[in-house]
Amino acid sequence: MGFPHQPHPKETVVLSQYFGDAEARTYQGWIKRGGYAALRTALGMQPSQVVDLVKESGLRGRGGAGFPTGLKWSFMPREKTKPHYLCCNADESEPGTFKDREIMRWTPHALIEGCAIAQYAIRAEVTYIYIRGEFTEPLEVMQRALDEAYREGVLGANAMGAGTRLDMYIHRGAGAYICGEETALMNSIEGRRGNPRIKPPFPAAAGVFGLPTTINNVETLVAVPHIINRGAAWYKGLCLSNPKSTGTKLFSVCGQVRRPGNYEVTLGFPLRDLLYDLCGGMLDGRQLKACIPGGSSVPILDREETESCLMDYEGCAEKGTMLGSGGVIVFDDTADMVYQIMRLARFYAHESCAQCTQCREGTAWMTKILQRILAGDGQPKDLDLLLDLSEQMTGKTICVLSDSCAAPVVSGIKKFRREFEAYISRARRPAGAAV
Amino acid sequence: MHKTAPYEPVFTGEVSKRLAEVLTRYPTKRAGLLPALWMVQEARGWISDEAMTEVAEVLELTPAYVKGVVTFYTMYHQHPVGKHFIQVCTTTPCNLCGAEGVVKALLKHTGCEELGATSPDGRFTVVEVECLGACGFATPVLIGDDFIENVKAETVPELLRGYR
Amino acid sequence: MSDQEIVTLTIEGVEVSVPKGTLLIEAAKQAGVVVPHYCYHPGLPVAGVCRMCLVEVEKTPKLQIACATQVAAGMVVRVLSPQAREARTAVLEFLLINHPLDCPICDQAGECELQDYVFQEGRARTRYAAFPKRFNPVEDFGGDVLYVPNRCILCTRCVRFMDHVAGDDVLNVSERGDRAFIGIHPGKQLEHAWAGNVVDLCPVGSLISKDFLHKARAWELDRTPSVCTGCSQGCNVTLDTRTDVVVRSRPRANPAVNRYFMCDHGRAEHRWLNRGDRIEAPLVAGVDGLAAADWEHGLAQTAQLIKGAAGRIVILASPGASTEALFLARRALGGSAVTAAFRVPHAGQEVPLPGVPNLALRTERVPNATGARLLGYTEAFDAAVRAAAGAAIVLVLDESLSGVAPDALASAGAVIYAGTVLPEAARCARVVLPLANVAEEDGTFVNRDRRVQRYMQARTAPGMARPAWWVFAELEATLGRGEGLLSADAAFDGLAAAEPAFGGLTYAALGSAGAVAPAARSGARVSA
Repeated sequence: MGFPHQPHPKETVVLSQYFGDAEARTYQGWIKRGGYAALRTALGMQPSQVVDLVKESGLRGRGGAGFPTGLKWSFMPREKTKPHYLCCNADESEPGTFKDREIMRWTPHALIEGCAIAQYAIRAEVTYIYIRGEFTEPLEVMQRALDEAYREGVLGANAMGAGTRLDMYIHRGAGAYICGEETALMNSIEGRRGNPRIKPPFPAAAGVFGLPTTINNVETLVAVPHIINRGAAWYKGLCLSNPKSTGTKLFSVCGQVRRPGNYEVTLGFPLRDLLYDLCGGMLDGRQLKACIPGGSSVPILDREETESCLMDYEGCAEKGTMLGSGGVIVFDDTADMVYQIMRLARFYAHESCAQCTQCREGTAWMTKILQRILAGDGQPKDLDLLLDLSEQMTGKTICVLSDSCAAPVVSGIKKFRREFEAYISRARRPAGAAV
Repeated sequence: MHKTAPYEPVFTGEVSKRLAEVLTRYPTKRAGLLPALWMVQEARGWISDEAMTEVAEVLELTPAYVKGVVTFYTMYHQHPVGKHFIQVCTTTPCNLCGAEGVVKALLKHTGCEELGATSPDGRFTVVEVECLGACGFATPVLIGDDFIENVKAETVPELLRGYR
Repeated sequence: MSDQEIVTLTIEGVEVSVPKGTLLIEAAKQAGVVVPHYCYHPGLPVAGVCRMCLVEVEKTPKLQIACATQVAAGMVVRVLSPQAREARTAVLEFLLINHPLDCPICDQAGECELQDYVFQEGRARTRYAAFPKRFNPVEDFGGDVLYVPNRCILCTRCVRFMDHVAGDDVLNVSERGDRAFIGIHPGKQLEHAWAGNVVDLCPVGSLISKDFLHKARAWELDRTPSVCTGCSQGCNVTLDTRTDVVVRSRPRANPAVNRYFMCDHGRAEHRWLNRGDRIEAPLVAGVDGLAAADWEHGLAQTAQLIKGAAGRIVILASPGASTEALFLARRALGGSAVTAAFRVPHAGQEVPLPGVPNLALRTERVPNATGARLLGYTEAFDAAVRAAAGAAIVLVLDESLSGVAPDALASAGAVIYAGTVLPEAARCARVVLPLANVAEEDGTFVNRDRRVQRYMQARTAPGMARPAWWVFAELEATLGRGEGLLSADAAFDGLAAAEPAFGGLTYAALGSAGAVAPAARSGARVSA
């Protein structure tokens, strides 16, 4: 559902069924809607069976990387000799993405249920739900739901009376995009600066507190109860294009469209239909110029690419971009691509943790070059410089924030070079002072 | 000569009990740092160097370590701010939808004039922040703990009326 | 050692075999390749942040950091490939965009790793010229350390050292992104006894020594291996001299003693090595008091006093004297019949460096007490002083005699003072023989773990001062015993031949890392 919109007939409503339904937020309301049946079922299975089921379903991480979830769960140690942990990544800070907040504030119990099942499957005693500090409403709603879940015996030392300990706590972030990176998230939980870690070791071997850990995104986890209830075959059947991309995805559409919001469609759905049909097309009769399909860290698509792109992992890869978090940012023909790319570079410069030289210095340098171009003082060689810096900022650092800064710059210069050249040649007036 | 009041500890009574409960959730005291810092900010509105020293003592860390963490996370204030702390997202998706206009309107109608400065009457501080995760509801504005969606430049005066 | 699995791989075309678990950056050394790096240090936990050590590993799509990649059998590594070089050139360019061109005023110039690698692999011109550099003012971190934030490359060696090795988590990284800098909480200083190591660890001139500030340029310095005189730990050091003045003492790596570190107390020791109030010529007591003489005369007088001595002979020695000096002085004056004593001033606490086993600033603040003990010197110093009052000959071997009454030795038959500075209580000496100090001779000290370590001459002795081994060998020659010695080496050989505790050791065997004395002399107490 593209809350606050009514579900569009072309949506496949699974995760978003109760968006806008206030009663669904309560434990009783959730039970009425079939909630916690999946958890009960899962607790009656072997943890390894749950893992296999999720593997079978083809569910992939919805946070951005698209890694097969069941496979990730199977990396946890076969023999349990130490405490295990599940971390739910609710740090949603990727520009363009706003699906997890909706999941949390409308269906908090769905998340609790998904986490509990995942936690059981990987034999973790504790789940930390890492919610970014700015999400004041989800924080409140999730805490209330957790309190209810404990009161009703869903969680605790003897979860659902099934003899397993399932504890779950919220850990509030404090303003750092980089804490959405799984190893930085773990450091943040540990009370450290949110610095990503070098890998190996991998979280399943040594994660939070040095113990075996799995980190999953909110949207990934809320899909799990549905897979338990309706089976892997059902989930696999939700597929419009490539069989390696199964299930539904909440696409957060924003920018210059008529009806921005979250839209749940089956993977493989055509991007043009998403924009022109479900979202009502462009604002004020304008034309589409560009689209970033998966959150600001993925390459920008031009109009022709956008209109022929299928929204699954492989479809986006074919177009030279990524499905990522599914944050769809839409630019119309009045958008200043140079300015918006500068604003993205500025975002990454602000969020760099400062560990790696290329990222710490490069993101800020790129921002300055772009600002200079916008101010009318750019030179033709600046574009080559930006491309050169991008090359050296890609594939060379501990995490991919650096690569993410380079992606819009490289694709922007490649596909909208004329806009950059207009500023450089002073054909276009310098942009006014930014705030 | 200006005399400064002696530092009053935050972690006493109820607050201390709350922290103790939170610490049971983690195997290390260090992990209680972000929650503890939130408690300080809730109590005092900002986190002073002395507060950092207190937190360090309570969690058996060093003040330098605590400071390193405080300066990493942008939501922790290292100096006092206006009664209503206003955060406006201006990252690209919101930028495309008039976020900078919202900022200008806020600066004007709060009397702040400048980003990061507190208004002369002490009521407001306005800052630009990065993506608030509400891109489809541009422009989102956080005032204290109130997360307001769909703010436009025109609706700013109306919005501010609710904050005295 | 033999049951450790060995891995063979190829680095820059050279096949190397190293134990499993070795990092590429260490394995590369065996191939004769130094992988450029900043944040990596063998004495610190791995950080992997500077990104300088990116190398190409065949069959791996991305470049890998050599400091965090373990060797694997059959790995083929290129350090100098175009791709790896380009990556490093880029890192250097990124580092230089905010780094000020301070070389003309920066102490690190000449021994700066940023300079070195930029010359080796950096760009000749910056592409950042249009923008201002980030600026932060210089900060006094306390102790001996100044922090120049503008030069900092955020390698975090200092933070990791203080946290993991010194166990005093007093430095942090503050802020984020290109606003980051090394911070210290206000009201806390860098006062840890081992904090000065951050200056050595800093690859650039960001953390600098106040003591060394603007004293000398690195290329003007001569560097000599030596041993610290600050305590009985015996940290290996390098004495840096500029035109015969010792300007700095820095740690020298020794895995068995101090690894890569030394304490601040030891660093300060270099100051007294240059003191100006030295005895510069042999002095012989005459009608008008002590008068300068030449060596021949001074030694002749000394020999005469010894030959004519009827009664006890007492040596009051400093435990800062070399092993060679202590051995030869005693032998020259009569061997085991002599009452030979020393004392150790116990000052201050023991301050360990927690991250290194068996390393501390010791309570015994002298370098060679163990050597003295192994050679049969007793610590009954006060008794020896009392005995000296009525002795026929008293030899004071560089002891300061502080706390000893000025007239305590006045009633002795004859006092001979051999040392660097003439104390009040030895003004009654009949002969004064000027000795070289630790920086002015070759010699050995024995540390608290019975490790015998060589130190070498770093500067010229003032005036006519000579090494003690030479003085006492010449004295013996003057007494008709032997023909003098031509080197400290030979002096040590004589010592090793005569003393079972040093059996089998030679300067060659000691090398630059020293060797543990094989067996303790019976009854000799090992040190504190």
